[in-house]
Amino acid sequence: MSAASDLTILTAAELAKAIATGEASATAAIEAYLAAIDARDGAIGAYNEVFADRARARATSVDAGEITGPLAGVPIAVKDNMCTTYGRTTCASTYLATFEAPYDCTAVANLEAAGAVVLGKTNMDEFAMGSSTENSSTRMTRNPWDTDRVPGGSSGGSAAAVAAHLCAAALGSDTGGSIRQPAALCGIVGLKPTYGRVSRYGLVAFGSSLDQIGPMTRDVADAALLTRIIAGHDDRDATSLSEDVPDYAADLASGAAGLRIGLPTEFYTDALGGEVRSVIDQAIETYRAAGAETVEVSLPHSRIDIDADGKLSSFAVAAYYIICTAECSSNLARFDGVHYGHRTEEKVEDIIELYSRSRAESLGEEVKRRIMLGNYALSSGYYDAYYNKALKVRRLIANDFAAAFKHCDVILCATTPTPAFRIGEKTDDPLEMYLADIYTNSLNLAGLPGMSLPGGLSSDGLPVGIQLIGPVLGEPTLFRAGRAFEAASGTSRLTSPVIEGQS
Amino acid sequence: MTRTTNISKVTPVVGLEIHVELATQTKMFCRCINQFGDEPNTHVCPVCMAMPGSLPVMNRQAVAFSIKVGLALGCTVPEYTKWDRKNYYYPDLPKNYQISQYDLPLAAHGVFEIPLESGETKAIRVLRAHLEEDAGKNIHDLPGCTGVDLNRAGVPLLEIVSEPDMNSVEEVLGYARSMQRLVRWLGVSEANMQMGHMRFEPNINLHIEAGGQTYKTPIVEVKNLNSFRALERAVAYEISRQTSEWKADPEGFTLAKLGKQNRGYDDNTEKTVFQREKEEAHDYRYFPDPDLPAVVVDEAWRESIAGDIGELPLARRQRYMDAYRLAFQEADALTMDAATGDLLDAAVAVGAEPKRCVNLLLGRAAAIAKERDCTIADLGIAAGQLAELATMLTDSNINATSAETVLVAVIEDGGSPAEIAEVQGLLQVSDTGRLEVWVDEAIAENPDAVAKAREGDKKVLGFLMGQVMKKSRGAANPGEANKLLKQKLGG
Ligand SMILES: [Zn+2]
Repeated sequence: MSAASDLTILTAAELAKAIATGEASATAAIEAYLAAIDARDGAIGAYNEVFADRARARATSVDAGEITGPLAGVPIAVKDNMCTTYGRTTCASTYLATFEAPYDCTAVANLEAAGAVVLGKTNMDEFAMGSSTENSSTRMTRNPWDTDRVPGGSSGGSAAAVAAHLCAAALGSDTGGSIRQPAALCGIVGLKPTYGRVSRYGLVAFGSSLDQIGPMTRDVADAALLTRIIAGHDDRDATSLSEDVPDYAADLASGAAGLRIGLPTEFYTDALGGEVRSVIDQAIETYRAAGAETVEVSLPHSRIDIDADGKLSSFAVAAYYIICTAECSSNLARFDGVHYGHRTEEKVEDIIELYSRSRAESLGEEVKRRIMLGNYALSSGYYDAYYNKALKVRRLIANDFAAAFKHCDVILCATTPTPAFRIGEKTDDPLEMYLADIYTNSLNLAGLPGMSLPGGLSSDGLPVGIQLIGPVLGEPTLFRAGRAFEAASGTSRLTSPVIEGQS
Repeated sequence: MTRTTNISKVTPVVGLEIHVELATQTKMFCRCINQFGDEPNTHVCPVCMAMPGSLPVMNRQAVAFSIKVGLALGCTVPEYTKWDRKNYYYPDLPKNYQISQYDLPLAAHGVFEIPLESGETKAIRVLRAHLEEDAGKNIHDLPGCTGVDLNRAGVPLLEIVSEPDMNSVEEVLGYARSMQRLVRWLGVSEANMQMGHMRFEPNINLHIEAGGQTYKTPIVEVKNLNSFRALERAVAYEISRQTSEWKADPEGFTLAKLGKQNRGYDDNTEKTVFQREKEEAHDYRYFPDPDLPAVVVDEAWRESIAGDIGELPLARRQRYMDAYRLAFQEADALTMDAATGDLLDAAVAVGAEPKRCVNLLLGRAAAIAKERDCTIADLGIAAGQLAELATMLTDSNINATSAETVLVAVIEDGGSPAEIAEVQGLLQVSDTGRLEVWVDEAIAENPDAVAKAREGDKKVLGFLMGQVMKKSRGAANPGEANKLLKQKLGG
């Protein structure tokens, strides 16, 4: 094992410390990661673009003492829907294939202000619409645990990059589970912060009332470290919260003793089966053994059911897909071929044809489907039946959570119904794909923070995530509970086979 | 199928939407400068260019301005309002949705009193006033392509919608002009027509009484009128057009059969023109903008804005007529803007006689203001200067003609009216000794006239007075000089 690959084994916090103390140089760290990308990303396909020259230049500046900060020299991957003034911001869409943003996303700028080095932009489902990264127009991203399987999505590139040690940590975005679901499927930690905790400025919008940027890391401590840096009020995002950002590392070592862990009846129905159920049951035992108390709570409007044919269903998913499609139908209207991005080269008769051809040529099937669903849900005559009703369900779901958190500090449940599925397995059935987020949607509707962390492995060696849900601004409790589980279970910092194969 | 129809009465029924661009320093949802007339696309940023990932942040000043207008119109200003997206595709709207207010406008249900030529006023109900962002401009005169200028995109636009309470061209114009006066008065808009700060969209139909029945013609909305003249012509044209169309087909040309229609306006022919209807009705798919929190207008904010409004034009005009005993025309002219009346009131407050001040302001000063295309207050006369000059008139230290000369000098160069009058020798002379010199000279030089005057020719007396004034270069106190002249002539 070379010294270079040693550095890629470290967490972001460990690497930052090694660089700060002079044990390692930033240049060595960047070179180690660039070498890892060279060696392994051909098989994984995590990155849409790697900024090798820029990363080397920043590493040189870190080593010269010109760039300092808590993440000085730490290579971070960024999902390709966050604007950067360097490289392209494509959202894995043909429409933005050559788009160069004129400004930087606040969360990314915050990371770099803390000394981090953005290593590249990671692949995703086009415009963050999907749960497998198969809706990317750029490349296929594979799961480092089994390259015949999907990494999850939509932040699949970031999840795969972290799991395959192609970056020290990454940023993803989560609208209905897009950080937590791929984190679960790739055996890493992923946090969706409280809505408004991290600025959305510079994050290409999908569902504006649901979108949140969050960290995707190898362990809970890194998630706490990155969240501290990216969180906070931003004058350019009117929905960003003004509350002070606490030191998320403060409670990390407080353990599980005395924690009240809520188990929502409606998440523990017959729908929760097989390998995932046994990992969750084991996690509950681990918490109890570590001194936590478990309490049954109720989230009636988030209930997950299963029918005789094995089909899952939930109000939350229905409400979620109406709200997110309605918002995206309007958010994506700006991609019209007029001001920037793809414009048809066909000769057009009028502006309407320019719009429709440019969009038809450059937007993918799933994106078109959601735009049409959203326009339908908002159209007069259907608005009350769909959009308005979904808003009411959303309110009821949020009320359920608020009531539940009177009896517990944190809620524990599954992140996904199954471990990683095979590439192509769900591409013909969009509804089946939507249900991959059945345990994660309701949090986005309620604006709550949620974190997925590795719970264990399935019998065929695939990671299974467990999800912790907190009340509004309950991130400190999530980090504490998450770290307590890591310490008690030993499932932290799983090493995916793709790395073992290489080292 | 035509038949003779005896019309007993035609009542035009008109409602008016007025779009007012607010004079905030920056745009509605970004911090680009709100400024008209610069090179295309020089006041733009990622937000108003609709770059992916950019987000709107509300301009509080624009909201305060809108609340001010709403309160001045007697509207209810609710504690909670919100922003909605109005979705439609157009190249000058880069997001392809406009941030507007759908069901919770910033202000609703007010009444606007407008003056009529008769001297009476009429109350026009205001349905709502909501705030939105303006679109950019398509530029069509480029070779081979259409350009888009986004300097105006995102400029705050207040849309004030009246009930259909106007029944004549005169009332529509009165309402529109009063609204212009009001928004200028409140300091929320320059309301400059040439710069497109105000745009009109009237809804017009007729209630025709004939043969014991009332017929309603289709409601026509005329889009995007940019001048008072266009508004006047469009409404007048619609009244005559709808009358003749109804006469041609009394049963067919009705609201019930044809509903609402949009028409454009042709500036050259001064006629409204048919606009091809879109194949399907517009569905704007309004929904609450998730990027913007609800707007909370608490009691304290509302009260502080209300406290800023002060006396409104109509009330002030009435006060001038009552307290200062001004004629309607005078009072009206002094209430075109707030600052001119403020100047008058300030001069009166330090003891000047109102009527003297008014004569000064509405004489040469008003003429100069008109030449300069500005308000009287913009001429820069200070209340102290106005009061000083008015008091000189009251005390007969200057005559009216010389006072005008001094006022012009004050406007041109500033300075104290008394000092200017002194330097220019315009102080009025009432001293009998000095007056006598001019009177004696005038008598000596015009023996014929003197003879006629002594025979009782009043006209000649005037001529001799003119000679005295001329010799004094306008400084003689006319009353005193007249008395002295008559005395000398033995009158
Ligand atoms: Zn701007």
